[in-house]
Amino acid sequence: MKKMTGAFLAALVTTTYAIAEPVDDTLVVNEDIAIVTRTAAPAHMADAVDEVMSGWLFRGSETRDMQRDDFDNPGMIFVEKAEEAWNTAEGSEGKSCASCHNGSDSMAGVRPVYPKWNEAAGEVRTLEMQINDCRETRMGAEPWKYTGGDMANMTALLASVSRGLPVNVAIDGPAQSTWEQGREMYYARTGQLELSCANCHEDNYGNMIRADHLSQGQINGFPTYRLKNTKLNSVHARFKGCVRDTRAETYKPGSADFVALELYVASRGNGLSVEGPSVRN
Amino acid sequence: MRRTILASLTIAVSALGLEAAEIAPTAVTFEDGSVAQSLSGQPGNAAEGRKIVGSKKLGNCVACHAVSDLSDVPFHGEIGPMLDGAGDRWSEAELRGIVANAKMMFEGSMMPSFYKTEGFFRPGKAYTGKAADDTFGPLLSAQQIEDVVAYLATLKE
Ligand code: HEC
Ligand code: HEC
Repeated sequence: MKKMTGAFLAALVTTTYAIAEPVDDTLVVNEDIAIVTRTAAPAHMADAVDEVMSGWLFRGSETRDMQRDDFDNPGMIFVEKAEEAWNTAEGSEGKSCASCHNGSDSMAGVRPVYPKWNEAAGEVRTLEMQINDCRETRMGAEPWKYTGGDMANMTALLASVSRGLPVNVAIDGPAQSTWEQGREMYYARTGQLELSCANCHEDNYGNMIRADHLSQGQINGFPTYRLKNTKLNSVHARFKGCVRDTRAETYKPGSADFVALELYVASRGNGLSVEGPSVRN
Repeated sequence: MRRTILASLTIAVSALGLEAAEIAPTAVTFEDGSVAQSLSGQPGNAAEGRKIVGSKKLGNCVACHAVSDLSDVPFHGEIGPMLDGAGDRWSEAELRGIVANAKMMFEGSMMPSFYKTEGFFRPGKAYTGKAADDTFGPLLSAQQIEDVVAYLATLKE
């Protein structure tokens, strides 16, 4: 047998295989907020996939149902906790988030555009970085741990008030070089297993990898409440887990590397609705 | 006469440890993606190979491949082709090449290289997320590769 390319063999394989496709289902939260869970891929992804899909479509019916109503969504308990934190003064300035921003619903429209270029700081910032900047420079409070509970709760609150709005991160202008770094990371084959994000989430979404049904690895649903660890999981914690699973040395949550990767992965979901806190297994 | 020479030669060779010479991961010769010689210098054990292919802690091949013969192991993946009939489709040398380093047979393959120790980007210490240290070795040992090859050779339609 001659050497053959992976693509050629893969083509042979897919034709003989029943692919576990994402379900045909629609998500409306609280019978009110319509969530776009699949839509045409943004222009910058046209040569990779035709459609972008939320991880919600790849979960079982019970898991999907938990996200249809806030009373059934365990992630909403953490949103309530964050609502309390939103209104609680902390730090040397005696201020709360509400002192500067009024109600948490004033944050509608913020989640969909993060990570975002910050002109004054001269860097791309994630929502977590912005939250900690407010805590440190405006409240005189201690920063929260990047992937800690307080931080995950607050990002869940900020996501929840933007549910239904389309993810729309900017990838050009001053953010472009960060985005390009993230794209390189997405296609880099890391670790002893030499697997890239794209190997699993672009080439094989819809396929089973052992007991897991691979999704596109989108982050429009973050933070996610996972049934596996019964808590909210932040974007960088998930990235870390996936990189670790390639038997690689991971990057640090909050590092410039993961910020770049987050911008890039977020951009792959431009057009999908914000749905955090979502429910996953 | 001839026999005695041969017999004494064999003894001399095994005394030197050459008979069972193991080929290091960095010294494997691939020809069109195949590896002709046993990596451990020993034949493989198909029963051991069956365990390695199905075990999450060893080969974890079923993460990506379905194998009817392993229906006692739950959850087979569908990333790679089903391995039923692999022993008909490929020779022993080809199977050894595929398991040792599938990228030599299938360019750019997603299949990990099970007998390779160099050329990785950010290699880790197993699944800890930490950097690799001096305990770093191939995913499977030379003998484990041989066991897996022996098992795959039994998969006939
Ligand atoms: C991460 C996924 C993955 C893992 C793990 C994996 N493989 Fe593969 N394997 C593939 C893919 C994909 C192909 C198809 C070749 C290609 O297109 O790159 C393949 C091809 C093969 C083939 C040739 C297919 C045929 O029958 O024609 C054999 C044999 C094989 N693998 C055996 C194994 C064994 C044995 C193990 C474990 C020691 C293993 N694989 C682990 C992904 C994987
Ligand atoms: C070896 C396969 C593999 C690789 C490589 C991999 N992932 Fe994953 N990833 C998974 C599995 C399995 C899941 C859980 C099922 C799912 O949602 O796809 C997952 C889930 C995710 C999720 C959660 C999706 C959701 O809707 O909750 C994100 C985000 C993600 N991955 C991003 C990444 C990124 C970024 C990389 C590269 C740095 C990466 N993954 C590399 C296997 C992988």
